[in-house]
Amino acid sequence: MAQAIAPLPAAASPHRPASHQPALLFRVWRAITRNLVVFYAFLALLYIYLPVIVVVIFSFNDNTGRYNFTWQGFTLKSWLNPCGVSGLCPAMVKSLQLAALSTLGATLLGTMIAFAIVRHRFSGRTATNVLIFMPMATPEIVMASSLLALFLNLGIPTGFGTILIGHILFNISYVVVTVKARLQGMNSSLEEAAMDLYANEWHTFHKITLPLVTPGIISAALLAFALSFDDFIVANFNSGNVVTFPMFVWGAAQRGVPPQINVMGAAMFIVALGLALASLAMQRRSA
Amino acid sequence: MKTNLAGPAAELRITNLVKRFGTAAAGANNFMAVDNVSLTVPPGSFFAMLGPSGCGKTTTLRMVAGLEQPTSGEILLNGKDITHLKPYHRPVNTVFQNYALFPHLTVHENVAFGLRRKGEPDIAKRVDAMLELVQLNDFGARRPAQLSGGQQQRVALARALINAPQVLLLDEPLGALDLKLRRQMQLELKRIQTEVSTTFRPVPPDQEEAMTMADTIAVMRHGRVEQLASPVDLYERPATAFVANFLGKSNLLEGRVTGTDGALLLVETHGVALRLPAANRPATTTNDLLVGVRPEKLHMAAAGAQLPASHNKLQATVTDSSFMGVSTQYVVRTAWQQELTVFTQNLGVDGMRARDTAVQLHWDPQHTFAVPRTGALPETEEET
Amino acid sequence: MSTVPARRGLLSGTRWMPYALLLPGLLWLALFFVTPILTLLSTSLQEGSISTGFRLTWRIANYTDAFWNYREQFGRSILYASLSTLLALVICYPLAYFIAFRAGRYKNLMLLIVVAPFFTSFLIRTLSWKIILADSGFVVRVFQTLGLLPAGGRLLATSVAVVAGITYNFLPFMTLPLYTSLERLDASLIEAAGDLYAGPVTAFFKVTFPLSMPGVVAGTLLTFIPAAGDYINVRFLGTPAQYMLGNVIDSRFLAVLDYPTAAALSITLMFTILVLVGLYVRRAGTEDLV
Ligand SMILES: Nc1ncnc2c1ncn2[C@@H]1O[C@H](COP(=O)(O)OP(=O)(O)OP(=O)(O)O)[C@@H](O)[C@H]1O
Ligand SMILES: [Mg+2]
Repeated sequence: MAQAIAPLPAAASPHRPASHQPALLFRVWRAITRNLVVFYAFLALLYIYLPVIVVVIFSFNDNTGRYNFTWQGFTLKSWLNPCGVSGLCPAMVKSLQLAALSTLGATLLGTMIAFAIVRHRFSGRTATNVLIFMPMATPEIVMASSLLALFLNLGIPTGFGTILIGHILFNISYVVVTVKARLQGMNSSLEEAAMDLYANEWHTFHKITLPLVTPGIISAALLAFALSFDDFIVANFNSGNVVTFPMFVWGAAQRGVPPQINVMGAAMFIVALGLALASLAMQRRSA
Repeated sequence: MKTNLAGPAAELRITNLVKRFGTAAAGANNFMAVDNVSLTVPPGSFFAMLGPSGCGKTTTLRMVAGLEQPTSGEILLNGKDITHLKPYHRPVNTVFQNYALFPHLTVHENVAFGLRRKGEPDIAKRVDAMLELVQLNDFGARRPAQLSGGQQQRVALARALINAPQVLLLDEPLGALDLKLRRQMQLELKRIQTEVSTTFRPVPPDQEEAMTMADTIAVMRHGRVEQLASPVDLYERPATAFVANFLGKSNLLEGRVTGTDGALLLVETHGVALRLPAANRPATTTNDLLVGVRPEKLHMAAAGAQLPASHNKLQATVTDSSFMGVSTQYVVRTAWQQELTVFTQNLGVDGMRARDTAVQLHWDPQHTFAVPRTGALPETEEET
Repeated sequence: MSTVPARRGLLSGTRWMPYALLLPGLLWLALFFVTPILTLLSTSLQEGSISTGFRLTWRIANYTDAFWNYREQFGRSILYASLSTLLALVICYPLAYFIAFRAGRYKNLMLLIVVAPFFTSFLIRTLSWKIILADSGFVVRVFQTLGLLPAGGRLLATSVAVVAGITYNFLPFMTLPLYTSLERLDASLIEAAGDLYAGPVTAFFKVTFPLSMPGVVAGTLLTFIPAAGDYINVRFLGTPAQYMLGNVIDSRFLAVLDYPTAAALSITLMFTILVLVGLYVRRAGTEDLV
């Protein structure tokens, strides 16, 4: 199963000041519960970060054997030679290609569907909604095995193309839901105002609708990219002899995990965090 | 300046306009939001639509702007049928209820939007001139979110006005502002109107505002135009019981036409003979009608006092009074137990009249109007 | 004006426009989701072997056999998924609450900090748990010192490790919907409730929690569904004694090549989840998920 990334959060709503003085007892209680929540949140964060910390630490492990499970000393050699394990970097490239292509496909198809649902009247709306909801309610293993059943039955050899088909498939629904939310939050009077100001349909779309929906489309694309990049199950069933990065990790887990895998994991975390922080900073500045 | 900004003001004519909406509860297209509306707005006039919430004002404006297709009917601008033109082909601009400023564009780009689409020259210069007109010269680089409500509204106004529309539609543009800003904006609108001479068509949120601003007012109710007239006519000669009570308060008495006396119409109300200008007789075939008189037109005199012979007269008893500074509001009861309202000016001549005092009411027949009895519904119905 | 339905029509373009927009995407879903599920359905009713070939014989017994043979794994899938979902809710609710109401202007930053770790690959994270829970690791030692584990007791290769791993891996799916629905709540509403009801605990259960129900429903569904189909956590953190339905489907399909059984199990899993989700959504009263 792949992992979701946060759809870029909207700018924080302004802080609402308390409008009245609560009773003393209530205040005492609230002080306790407030700190309880802070304490609890801290513990939860620790739980969330524990594995990442371990991943980062072990990416510097100077391990000698096949396994990278015990600490043996600090070294930079894995970071300096991330492709030092045969097959790792080609798998990474395959995963990036898959993620990029499936993001492109799913974002395009899903955005079109979202527009149709929010902006148009058509018959078969309920059926459409069900069809979009179903893949999200289906465990990935069912999706993966059913795709394999189809390809086996039709005699289609599995490989890069079949993984791509699967990735676009499970991404479409997520894109629809994300873009739809953005579109629904958009006031249609903006588009009406544009048309009132002599913009025809194309200009209205190009100058008003598209720029306003773009943040939603970007969130959807990032989500799709992350889901595809991290997918193991659909790829494992439909890969033929193609090896993606998660499949490489899976294989390595049976044979012995090189620290280079930790390097990749740590790098992914750092890149994601960096991108997110940068977008946050940009939001701050433009707000 | 004037030549730069002004569009040629045009006559707007709406005939038999109908808009039905489908409601989920009652099946397809059976809700009449706008029901056979016909009206003519003279060029360069300051025209307002009034009516309770949901009566169809916005829907009418949207059809004029082309944002909604009428179910039937015609919209003519200077004699040209624009009913089925796309919004971007109409020389009409709207200031939206919520302003609808483009959040991703600067104030300058918002105002320039229409000119850019039309591919007109000198855009930067004209935008600056327009921003100066609405006193926002220093705000061009800002985003709408960085403006106050009043400033946003002026941007919306500037964005519409810069296109020199032949008709400017204002949908409750003053509703969101506080009273002081509203007064200021009203004056601003008047000033801008004289400067650019465009036909304005505002939908003001309250009656008082419409009275002070507009030359012509249409009062709408349930999707129909109840009356289209100047503010003075609307007030002095309302055409329906609804109008009579929507703009200010009226005393309405059930009456029956009994004859004429020269230019005066004779009406009998609960055994009392009243007179009113024959011209004020509603265009109905029956002789049953409602006779109306405004509370401030009524004079109150002690029982038995000598009254002007030409005046209409009624006997009544005071049931309540409230002192309001410049005037006193009395509630009096007639012999047939109907309560009437009387405003008297506090001239310091007589003191307050006590409860249960018998009084005579009298007023000039010229101040009397009449409306049809049909559609005379309880006042509370329209409160929103 | 809020009751007036969205004004459509103006931008709708032509009548076939929506269909043109829908067609490519829905075609994709039909071709690669609906058809495969139907193929899977047909496979699940076939007989034969990889060497002799499979034939559709409408053998319903595939289902009863598969279900009976793997009832334990099936039960474990549902049990582990339910436990993990519940745990994730307990872990994430206060966290989401904290971010929504206490983080002030650092809300978005906090949210990013919470979600960022999940960008390291799923498999790498799970392997990391393997190190953390290892027999010689500090977690086991701490547990043993505290007497929570007997000397020589282990965490790895137990149900505890598997459930912990599943819980951990799907946390963002719980946190994000919870945060979204909590963030929308009006803080003054909760304060008002604090005045109306006796204490904040009552206020929480009478006001905050019910109002955040859409987030709870979405979060639990988004966690439960992938958790029920997961088999990676068991492979890394458990033993065959903890195998879930996913492991069986995986090995039947890819190792044993017993397609009918694998298909029958897949269909059963999907159907069970759909029924559970349907019942749950109806009970929770939130049908507005998509
Ligand atoms: N798209 C629509 N579908 C169904 N009914 C609608 C639609 N738009 C408006 N209506 C209904 O038509 C009626 C008139 O609406 P309109 O917006 O014109 O009222 P209004 O006079 O502008 O009211 P207000 O003073 O509150 O702005 C209302 O009852 C409204 O509910
Ligand atoms: Mg309106």
